[in-house]
Amino acid sequence: MEVPRLPILNETIRNLYFHVCMWFGMMILFTISFVYSIKYLNTTNYRYDLFAKNFAAMGSMFGILGYATGVLWVSVTWITDQNQSMGSVLKEPKLIGAAIAILIYGAYFVLRGSFTDMDKRARVSAVYNIFAFAMLFPSIWIIPRMVGSLHPGSPGSDSGNPALDRNDMDAGMRAIFYPAVIGWTLLGVWIATLKIRIELLKDKALLND
Amino acid sequence: MNKNIFSLFVKPVFLFFIAIVGSVACFAQSQDIEMADTMRSNGKIYVVVAVCLTILVGLFLYMANVDSRLRKLEKEKV
Repeated sequence: MEVPRLPILNETIRNLYFHVCMWFGMMILFTISFVYSIKYLNTTNYRYDLFAKNFAAMGSMFGILGYATGVLWVSVTWITDQNQSMGSVLKEPKLIGAAIAILIYGAYFVLRGSFTDMDKRARVSAVYNIFAFAMLFPSIWIIPRMVGSLHPGSPGSDSGNPALDRNDMDAGMRAIFYPAVIGWTLLGVWIATLKIRIELLKDKALLND
Repeated sequence: MNKNIFSLFVKPVFLFFIAIVGSVACFAQSQDIEMADTMRSNGKIYVVVAVCLTILVGLFLYMANVDSRLRKLEKEKV
C-alpha cells in the first residue's frame, strides 16, 4: 500500500494502523466499561460488575500496548530526528496525560482487590469507574490540546486532529485505518468476552441464572 | 637460531600487519557515524515491524494468562 511520503515520519506513518488503533480501542472499551458500571448501579446485577471489570482490564491492556508502541515511535522520530531532548519528551503533556489515565485505571484494579465484601466491591468500584472515565478524556485529549505538545493535534504542531487530519492521511490510508480500528476493537471485545465467560462459569452458582 | 629469526623478523611484521588492519577497521568505523541503523533503514519500516511485534507479543502474553486461568478452573471442576 502506498502511503503519504512525509519527512521524519517516513514509513512509520504505518504505525497509525497499530498505535492509534490501540488508543481508539482503549477508549471504546473504557466506554463500554463505563456503561456497564452505570448499569450495575441501576440494577445491582453482579453480572454487570463482571462486564465492567473485564472491559476495563482489556482497555487497560490496549492502553499499555498503545503506550509501549508510542515509546518505540517516539524514540526514532521526536528524540533524534526532530532534535528534541529527552527532557522535552519527558515533559510532553500527551504522554503524562496518557500515563495518568492508565494509572487511574490501574488504581481501579487495586481498589477492586482491596475489598473482601463482594457487594461493596462492586458498588464502590462502579462509582470509581465512572469517575475514572470522567478523567479519561480530559487527561488524554483536552489538557494536551490546551498546552503545547509534540504529539499531532496540539497547538504549535501543523496537523489538526491526530489520525484524522488530511495532511497525514490520504483516502487509501483511511480505507485501512477505519476498518483497523473496528477490527482491533472487536478483538479486544472478543478477549474481554472470553474472560467474562470464564468468570461467569466460575460464579455460576452465585449468579443462579 | 631459527627461533631467533622468527622473533626478530616475523613477529614484528605480523604485529605491524595487525596494526595496519586494525587501524583501517577503526577508520572505516569512524566513517559512517549513522546510529540506530536497523531502525532507520528502509525508511524506518523496522519501527513498524517492532510496533507490530510489541502488540502481538503483548496480546499473546495476555491470552496465555487467560489460558492458565481457564486451565486452573478446569482442574477445579474435575
